[in-house]
Amino acid sequence: MMACLLEAPLRISVLSEVTATSRHYVDRLFDPDPQNVLQGVIDMKNAVIGNNRQKANLIVLGAVPRLLYLLQQSSSSLELRTECAVVLGSLAMGTENNIKSLVDCHIIPALLQGLLCSDLIFIEACLRCLRTVFISPVTPVQLLYTDPTVIPHLMSLLSLSQHTQEYITQIFAHCCKTPEHQTVLFNHGAIQNIAPLLISPSYKVRMQALKCFSVLAYENAQVSMTLVNVLVDGEQLSQVFVRMMQRDKPIEMQLTAAKCLTYMCRAGAIRTDDNCIVLKTLPCLVRMCSKERLLEERVEGAETLAYLMEPDIELQRIASVTDHLVSMLADYFKYPSSVSAITDIKRLDHDLKHAHELRQAAFKLYASLGSNDEDIRKKITETENMMDRIVSGLSESSIKVRLAAVRCLHSLSRSVQQLRTSFHDHAVWKPLMKLLQNAPDEVLVMASSTLCNLLLEFSPSKEPILESGVIELLCSLTQSDSPALRVNGIWALMNMAFQADQKVKVEIVQALGTEQLFRLLSDPDTNVLMKTLGLLRNLLSTRPHTDMSSHGKQIMQAVTLILEGEHSIEVKEQTLCILANIADGNTAKELIMTNDDMLQKIKYYMGHSNVKLQLAATFCISNLIWNEEDGSQERQDKLREMGFVDILHKLTQASDPNLCDRAKKAMQQYLA
Amino acid sequence: MDSVELCGPAVPDFSTHPGLAAGVAVLQLAASRYLALSEQEKELNQRLRSLYPAVSDQETPLPRSWSPKDKFSYIGLSQNNLRVHYKGHGKTPKDAASVRATHSIPAACGVYYFEVKIISKGRDGYMGIGLSAQGVNMNRLPGWDKHSYGYHGDDGHSFCSSGTGQPYGPTFTTGDVIGCCVNLINNTCFYTKNGHSLGIAFTDLPPNLYPTVGLQTPGEVVDANFGQHPFVFDIEDYMREWRTKIQAQIDCFPIGEREGEWQAMIQKMVASYLVHHSYCATAEAFAKSTDQAVHEELASIKNRQKIQKLVLSGRMGEAIETTQQLYPSLLERNSDLLFMLKVRQFIEMVNGTDSEVRCLGGRSPKSQDSYPGSPRLFNSPVHKASNVITDHLCFPLFPGFDSNYCNGVSSSKGHTSAHSHKSCPPTIPSPEPGVLNGSRGQQTNVSAEVEMEVDHFSNGVSESSSNGFLNGSSTHGIDLEECDADMEVDSAQSKRQLCGGSQAAIERMIQFGRELQSMSEHLRRERGKNSANKKMLKDAFSLLAYSDPWNSPVGYQLDSIQREPVCSTLNSAILETHNLPKQPPLALAVGQAAQCLSLMARTGSGSCAFASVDDYLH
Repeated sequence: MMACLLEAPLRISVLSEVTATSRHYVDRLFDPDPQNVLQGVIDMKNAVIGNNRQKANLIVLGAVPRLLYLLQQSSSSLELRTECAVVLGSLAMGTENNIKSLVDCHIIPALLQGLLCSDLIFIEACLRCLRTVFISPVTPVQLLYTDPTVIPHLMSLLSLSQHTQEYITQIFAHCCKTPEHQTVLFNHGAIQNIAPLLISPSYKVRMQALKCFSVLAYENAQVSMTLVNVLVDGEQLSQVFVRMMQRDKPIEMQLTAAKCLTYMCRAGAIRTDDNCIVLKTLPCLVRMCSKERLLEERVEGAETLAYLMEPDIELQRIASVTDHLVSMLADYFKYPSSVSAITDIKRLDHDLKHAHELRQAAFKLYASLGSNDEDIRKKITETENMMDRIVSGLSESSIKVRLAAVRCLHSLSRSVQQLRTSFHDHAVWKPLMKLLQNAPDEVLVMASSTLCNLLLEFSPSKEPILESGVIELLCSLTQSDSPALRVNGIWALMNMAFQADQKVKVEIVQALGTEQLFRLLSDPDTNVLMKTLGLLRNLLSTRPHTDMSSHGKQIMQAVTLILEGEHSIEVKEQTLCILANIADGNTAKELIMTNDDMLQKIKYYMGHSNVKLQLAATFCISNLIWNEEDGSQERQDKLREMGFVDILHKLTQASDPNLCDRAKKAMQQYLA
Repeated sequence: MDSVELCGPAVPDFSTHPGLAAGVAVLQLAASRYLALSEQEKELNQRLRSLYPAVSDQETPLPRSWSPKDKFSYIGLSQNNLRVHYKGHGKTPKDAASVRATHSIPAACGVYYFEVKIISKGRDGYMGIGLSAQGVNMNRLPGWDKHSYGYHGDDGHSFCSSGTGQPYGPTFTTGDVIGCCVNLINNTCFYTKNGHSLGIAFTDLPPNLYPTVGLQTPGEVVDANFGQHPFVFDIEDYMREWRTKIQAQIDCFPIGEREGEWQAMIQKMVASYLVHHSYCATAEAFAKSTDQAVHEELASIKNRQKIQKLVLSGRMGEAIETTQQLYPSLLERNSDLLFMLKVRQFIEMVNGTDSEVRCLGGRSPKSQDSYPGSPRLFNSPVHKASNVITDHLCFPLFPGFDSNYCNGVSSSKGHTSAHSHKSCPPTIPSPEPGVLNGSRGQQTNVSAEVEMEVDHFSNGVSESSSNGFLNGSSTHGIDLEECDADMEVDSAQSKRQLCGGSQAAIERMIQFGRELQSMSEHLRRERGKNSANKKMLKDAFSLLAYSDPWNSPVGYQLDSIQREPVCSTLNSAILETHNLPKQPPLALAVGQAAQCLSLMARTGSGSCAFASVDDYLH
């Protein structure tokens, strides 16, 4: 404290001194003699280089508006305008606050205006400054697109010099963030204009051009399809990218080229079994995951690789045996390492900063690797401490890690084997349930989807999950605005109801409520509807549960509603199956038998053109006329009167063997 | 190719006779097979050369096939010893059998790679692919014993000198191509399956391992590819990565800590090089601009320059005389050097260039095959460097290494060990004896063409156009293959005659030869036998045994390029008398670097593969 007190006055004096000199620089900008102004700007340029405090001072003292004024004045000499642009570029190199101040002073339109000048040196200075401003995260990307003449003008400047090429491509690479941006750039000929730059003699230009293509092609089929047909100096673009992935090329270039090919492949422009993917891109990305690479590169490599092979089992199989990828990824969890904590603070800081990113990237890649192949899933769960890592990942503070961990868990939960063993051993349901209590939608979607699998009948986790009060939670999911969450909620309930005991079923029905059930049955999402019907079916299946005294009427209403509505064959089939289940119940039968309208519908579907519907309807009738049950005689008589026997008789001649068989069995009930 | 040409004309003769048609077909088949074989052989050579440029095939031959001598009896070989099949009972692991390649993997490969295709997995597919040292039991699969390493197809495990494997990669079976890559820089090994790298399998590998495969059950058949065909895995790409790594290591190697030290040292090296080769004016200018002292008087440099000019223009008599005048005791003390100079003089007499025969022939001093006026050493830096390397390096550093691969002339006094006429450091593309003997035209063309232009320029007169030899070689300078045949015709037409065609000169030459003979005998009496001297003299005299010495097997001696080592040896001897280094430090450094690389190759440091000295000499 003492030292601070003593030092304070000294600091103030130094600061005031600095401010005084800074003021002097600003004052000179207002000198009436243009020659003095020019010299002032040049001196200012030399004073600010590498001096962040000086930059901040000048900005505070209002140098920026004056510099911009001088830059825009047509009366200013070209030399002065150029020097102004250079100083502004230098100011932009400082802190993020500097950039904010510059943007607030409307530097962007001023500089873009400057690009209309014919002097190359001036244009380059403006572009350099624009580049620095645009690559900052604090600059709104949209500012590049507000004036529709800007992009075509920038395209036309690409031919001027290596510098314009470097700056413009760098701006594009940073400012292309949405499909709309991609379309704007694409429509203004970005591909034709930038492709030749891939073989520029300047490494920087090549690199920035490559980055442009990676952002342009990302999830963009139009761009990707165009790219595959582009020739650069007589060579296919994909081959140019392959050359850029050679192992003696800088890592940055290899990685970005691999991204381009990955995006083109995912957009459907390159087949997944193309050699440039299988033998070049995939191994290159695996190499990016190796311990020798920088942490950032390892993150990007793993994420890109995960994205590349997500939809393709063959790529997943190849990657799983390439360079020990599965165990290589285990290393991603070892940051910060115990060594870095002891040895130096800087390294620890660096490691800490990347630790989350590394973990989430590894989870993503594991998720992608294990999404289809049982052997790979086994290999992953057998990796050192893998399940523990997922479990702790589920409760990490970083949302990105939690999401990736649950994705990984979801991917592994597709394995019957794993559900029965490692999932149960590590009680993964506990953190999963916790995660479901309070999480953003994207996490919820994954977590609930995983829960669906954990609730499958053969899963040993099903019991403890039930006991943890999951039903309420799932019912609340069915009320979500997100269709994906509604599907998962109802899906989980459906799985839960499968072969469940009466107690659980009653609980589900009570928790869900008939109102919600009807709402789900009229859900615009077919998936939701199907799963709800599935739930109903599961609730009604097995005889003792079918007689649902309390909601019989409502269910019948629902069934009528759907059979009358415009629905797909699958939905109607499922509904008829429910009806068949009802027809199997002792008391529930009467709900159908007393409903002539419903019987007419069944009749209609028995004569439907779709075999599946015919079969389901026949099932229903067959259940109603089944001999050994009370009142079967009356039902048989009634249905005969309604003409069902004739229909059944006809169906015994059906070409479909199942239908024919079912009709014959039904006929036998009459004969017996 | 030869056999095809033989078959060619035979075909029409046979085919006229119907009964022999079948025989013709067989012959044609044999010819085409031979052709295919030699094509494969060609491809193999080409691929091995491009993959492993640092490997000297004489010192350390590369594996090209499986060895019929180094295998267990249950192994059968076919298809030029590239196909391996199992022919034992295959009942127990005791029936396992292996075969090694003909040679071990040379360290100078840097990165070595071979592939094995599984033609059939046989009964159980117990196949092992890997490496083993010489002498490891062949009644086993690779990997089971000490100094043996393998990757097994049935379980995908790797076996590192142990009977129990470690989980490593996927299993492999019929149709798969398994590759094995040995990194001799970090002594690791990884495998590939169908072009995909499976990751490191072994570390800390010992040197001198042989490619090895082992089979264990009937029906197992595998084919090896040691470079006969393109590899499935992109090994070149992997090698590129390591070349870049090694070169980055060299580029980043820390040099002198103190500022300016490095630059000063380089300037010194350049200056001393200029002085050594008597580039007076350049040396002076360079020394001035870099603020250095020249450690030899200008006059002395000029003297050496004068002598060198004489030697290089073939005027040996004058060269010897001038040397004796300027450095009176030098040749007296150094009789082997004198003998060498005189032998060269004799050769130049045969050539008709030596001053003594020239006067007799009545020709202008420059009329016949004159070497350019000033020392031309720098027009052929590669030659120069190679001379220097052997002259200098071998003696102080590696006494066992012989120097005269260059031209058969022992260039230093006393150290006469002419035993390894063929040895040639791998990185130096300088004349091997075979090349010199075989295609003289090629060697001469290179220098002759360059020199000629300079000659024209400096003289302003195209005297040398009268020179048949030079004419001949320069007209056919580019087409080297045809050059040999055409040149003979040309040179026969030209007026290249013994001793320039003068009878008096021939007599003088013969007399000089006798003097040389007696000098040789005198030397032998005084100093004992000297095989190098003896050979030198014998080779020189052999020239007279041919009617056209220029086109004789010993004709290479007449090439002006052969003056260079003589000139260099004499120059070095003079410098030594002034207590100056007999080789310039620059050449010494280059030579040391090259020698260092070959030493690395011999001691198993694989990084030498990616650090060729030539890459750094632009």
